[in-house]
Amino acid sequence: MNLTAEKNCTWNPTAADRQHFLTELGQLLPADSVLSDPETLAPYECDGLSVYRRLPLAVVLPETVEQIQAIMRLCARLKVPVVARGAGTGLSGGALPLADGILLSLAKFTHILELNPLERWARVEPGVRNIAISEAVAAHGLYYAPDPSSQIACTIGGNVAENSGGVHCLKYGLTVHNILAIGIITAEGEHISIGGLAPNSPGYDLLALFTGSEGMLGIIIDVTVKLLPKPEYAQVLLAGFPSLGAAGTAVGRIIAQGIIPAGLEMMDQAATQAAEDFVHAGYPTDAVAILLCELDGVEAEVNAQTGTVREILESCGANHLQTAVDEAERMRLWAGRKAAFPAVGRISPDYYCMDGTIPRRHLAEVLERISRLSEKYSLPVVNVFHAGDGNLHPLILFDANREGELAQAEALGGEILEVCVEMGGTITGEHGVGIEKLNQMCVQFPEPELRQFHAVKNAFDANSILNPGKAVPTLHRCAEFGAMHIHRGKLPFPELERF
Amino acid sequence: MSDTDSLLALEKQVQTAFESGTPLSISAGNSKSFLGTSSADTALNISGHRGVVSYHAEELVLTARAGTPLAELETLLAEKHQMLAFEPPHFGPGATLGGTIACGLSGPRAPYCGTARDFVLGTRILNGRGEYLRFGGEVMKNVAGYDVSRLMAGAFGTLGVLLEISLKVLPMPEQELTLAREASASEAIELMNSWAGQPIPLSATCHQDDRLTLRLSGPVAATSEAKRRLAGDQMEEISNDFWPKLREHTLAYFNTPKNLWRISLPSGTPPLALTGAWLTEWGGAQRWLRSDEDGARICQIVAKAGGHAQLFRAGSAATEAVGPPPLSEPMLAIHRRLKQAFDPAGILNPGRLFPQS
Repeated sequence: MNLTAEKNCTWNPTAADRQHFLTELGQLLPADSVLSDPETLAPYECDGLSVYRRLPLAVVLPETVEQIQAIMRLCARLKVPVVARGAGTGLSGGALPLADGILLSLAKFTHILELNPLERWARVEPGVRNIAISEAVAAHGLYYAPDPSSQIACTIGGNVAENSGGVHCLKYGLTVHNILAIGIITAEGEHISIGGLAPNSPGYDLLALFTGSEGMLGIIIDVTVKLLPKPEYAQVLLAGFPSLGAAGTAVGRIIAQGIIPAGLEMMDQAATQAAEDFVHAGYPTDAVAILLCELDGVEAEVNAQTGTVREILESCGANHLQTAVDEAERMRLWAGRKAAFPAVGRISPDYYCMDGTIPRRHLAEVLERISRLSEKYSLPVVNVFHAGDGNLHPLILFDANREGELAQAEALGGEILEVCVEMGGTITGEHGVGIEKLNQMCVQFPEPELRQFHAVKNAFDANSILNPGKAVPTLHRCAEFGAMHIHRGKLPFPELERF
Repeated sequence: MSDTDSLLALEKQVQTAFESGTPLSISAGNSKSFLGTSSADTALNISGHRGVVSYHAEELVLTARAGTPLAELETLLAEKHQMLAFEPPHFGPGATLGGTIACGLSGPRAPYCGTARDFVLGTRILNGRGEYLRFGGEVMKNVAGYDVSRLMAGAFGTLGVLLEISLKVLPMPEQELTLAREASASEAIELMNSWAGQPIPLSATCHQDDRLTLRLSGPVAATSEAKRRLAGDQMEEISNDFWPKLREHTLAYFNTPKNLWRISLPSGTPPLALTGAWLTEWGGAQRWLRSDEDGARICQIVAKAGGHAQLFRAGSAATEAVGPPPLSEPMLAIHRRLKQAFDPAGILNPGRLFPQS
């Protein structure tokens, strides 16, 4: 991908401008909170999508909200781009620095500010790790439900910016369903509060708009999360199927039966094999697909539902069926799924993780088309699937050291996402657009929608200094991408000039 | 009534209004027209744009045109033992899906299952230029682009004319059980909050007149276990009809010539020192106050407790307008810029949610 294509053009500094800016920055923050030599900048050159790397002009590590405000006022005045970063675990390059911009790290904001166990909420700073919230409230029998796979490292600010999900989101919702309020520093450095502890917040639902906005609308400085009572009991079933279609049918039947499992995960044979070889979870490696179904609640309820789910799995042709006999076995069965990505990392020098979502009824067809695309590009694809909510993670295996293979993997990934759009789905379920899926945004959204997105951005950040060039492609980019990519014989964006 | 698609006519009407700068007042069933007023004289009637577009029960997704009657959708869902889990109030036989989402109102189940916006997956709208736009979709997880769909919930049509909405639906619980017992207001608030922190399948709570009513929903095994733990055998079991009456404001409590205020508070807030008759629901977070006390005083006391008050239905002695509470100055500025981004000519329901200028 051409990283310069989305370069911010509001600030075109000379060497002297850069020096002047760094001097001003130095007046706002203690010396050790501003990094600007290449060696100290290096750890910030990429996020979890490490194929894209770039050094920012400086990294700032403020410690107070006032410092963030001062930084934003300075950047607003000079129109210097600002990229916010939490733990840097994002998978779409959303926190990739801009060459003449600053990277605003929220790593020092790690405090839990307030906890109200009776009203079941906690107000935390953006740099608090996802799992640290659940740990801090566990003594009250509560937890924070969204559990992205990176939860031991990822931070709540980033979770809000990406609207993170997790394996339990079918039943317990995404980040947007589990937060009550956020504090924001605007592009101009103003402090505003969005949402609140009281319901029915007056005005527009800005909390929904900010959730998943990828750092484009404001800097998140605190998050008030909802806490839920910990389920008393959980049980997991493992089923092996002779076909992907049969596993897909079982998922539909469980839900049609009125059961919303706490987790419902599918893996194809290649993923199952890799996970089994890695953690020895006891998966049936002869199965074409496996399903993991977790049920939670009070014990009597879980036991009743376990019986119902077993019957459904059997009637759908499961040829391997097991219910965890104890907590250790339940953890072992999950360990395989949770280690699926690193397990794939063992069998291939590199892998590229996609994140499309599809209406579940098209699962078999989509997997078939992915398999044909995999042959076309001669790159293996392994599938891990949040089956309950239709979120597909095809992992494309490649070797970055082989000339051109990364580009091939990206092209294959792009085609997979286009299949997801064609099937009525989306190019990203939970990883975000970032810099990675800008081209596919042109496939998912026609020009008027993209223009509307830009208008929304403009309402919050008129000078486009917040994470510019991410999440929503420019119309010109889409025109150029579209020129290579003519859909159904129609030239998209016909009114734009072509270069 | 048969399904009809009036997209082209609506599109043309909004485009013409945009060109001529004619403000439009969006309506369909008029069941919630009492909530705020728009300064527009010209009506844009959505009721002709109706019908279910698709319903995939196994995927928990329903898509319907905005003018589809809410009652029709609920009947369709019930056939598959599913429901709109936010339990939307109808407030009249004409209630439509579009009005329900535009007003963003939710019923007794909301604090336990989610509010209207939580269930919105996608929308098709006309913005203030009359452009037909699609946001979100029919899938549970979707982070491509800003979440404009959820932004439409509760926007009262001021950002776009809702044409089609995709919602997540949920299975109906296997069993529902309504129990009631005596409790003072402060005891009830304490209990509602502490129960919500325990793994109990609570699906609604209400306190009025020293009586605490709760609903348990879920598989029989779960509701009976919860009943046992709450010493439910010492409570009175009453009809589940209590909740639709609460939702629709047809309980005797709501039959009053006095002003009806909706008070939104952090759920654990102790009873407030305001005279009038109270009804507390949503685990303590949404409270109704029937009172002719001075509106400014109500708003001030509620704000001090960290909440906000809205005159919901004007009584005979009302001096203030029914409508959403005012926004702070910086928030108002953001709202106006956002409105401008969707509706540059300011023609969609101007003034319905906040003063236009």
